[in-house]
Amino acid sequence: MSIEVLLVEDSPGDVRLTTEAFRDANRLIHLHVASDGVEAMAFLRHEGKYVDVPRPHFILLDLNLPKMDGREVLAHIKKDDNLKTIPTIILTTSTAEEDIIRSYQLQANCYLSKPVQLDEFESVVKSINDFWLTRAKLPQPR
Amino acid sequence: MSIEVLLVEDSPGDVRLTQEAFREANSLIRLHVACDGFEAMAFLRHEGVHADAPRPDFILLDLNLPKMDGREVLAHIKNDESLKTIPTIILTTSNAEEDIVRSYQSHANCYLSKPVQLDEFEEVVKSINEFWLTRARLTQRRLDG
Repeated sequence: MSIEVLLVEDSPGDVRLTTEAFRDANRLIHLHVASDGVEAMAFLRHEGKYVDVPRPHFILLDLNLPKMDGREVLAHIKKDDNLKTIPTIILTTSTAEEDIIRSYQLQANCYLSKPVQLDEFESVVKSINDFWLTRAKLPQPR
Repeated sequence: MSIEVLLVEDSPGDVRLTQEAFREANSLIRLHVACDGFEAMAFLRHEGVHADAPRPDFILLDLNLPKMDGREVLAHIKNDESLKTIPTIILTTSNAEEDIVRSYQSHANCYLSKPVQLDEFEEVVKSINEFWLTRARLTQRRLDG
């Protein structure tokens, strides 16, 4: 069975790094990409061209995004009775205490800093795979 | 600086295993134990004997507890503006899909199965330390405590 992950990220470089790092870490992962907040919500709500997409087991969400930012996406997910059970991890370059507190207040499941160095980036993706996609119990998509 | 962890667990055996595993994994961790849900909330709200208790950086919560069960403790934590920012991990023997879904609905940050085997138990504690207490960003106590 594949593990469906939604990555919400506007930087093509970071999308590519994340895709490659997950491919190395776990071949069962099927990574879907939304490049702004509006697209992420359309994906999650199966709107328009996303009518047939799977419900993700897990969401990786950047905070700074065009159109609708990650804070707003997070608030929408965690206020929706159907979507709120999907673990949503903030992965952002921001290390501002205000962003960390605000994210946990909005019920982010976890907050991670996006590293700048390539090998550190791979190590973060590997730890996400080891902990969240191997160790933690996730709800089964219905 | 020490890392304050609150373990809410009623089984003395599991408390002891968790203490030993954390001691081996990370000597900066100070583990506080509440053995029922009522005591956990008193600790978090600094009530009675817990007046001087530190705000935990992180909470490990069993679901099946005497007096007030873990589901209710979780709801109290995640509906409290001050407490909701403390990452709260469910650590329980239950593998029931209903408990998993219900915990995430109540905004548990994560759900982990408590293993029965000793070496597996040590592995779980090690992975909590590696991911949550080393990798993840937690809120700073001084700013919102």
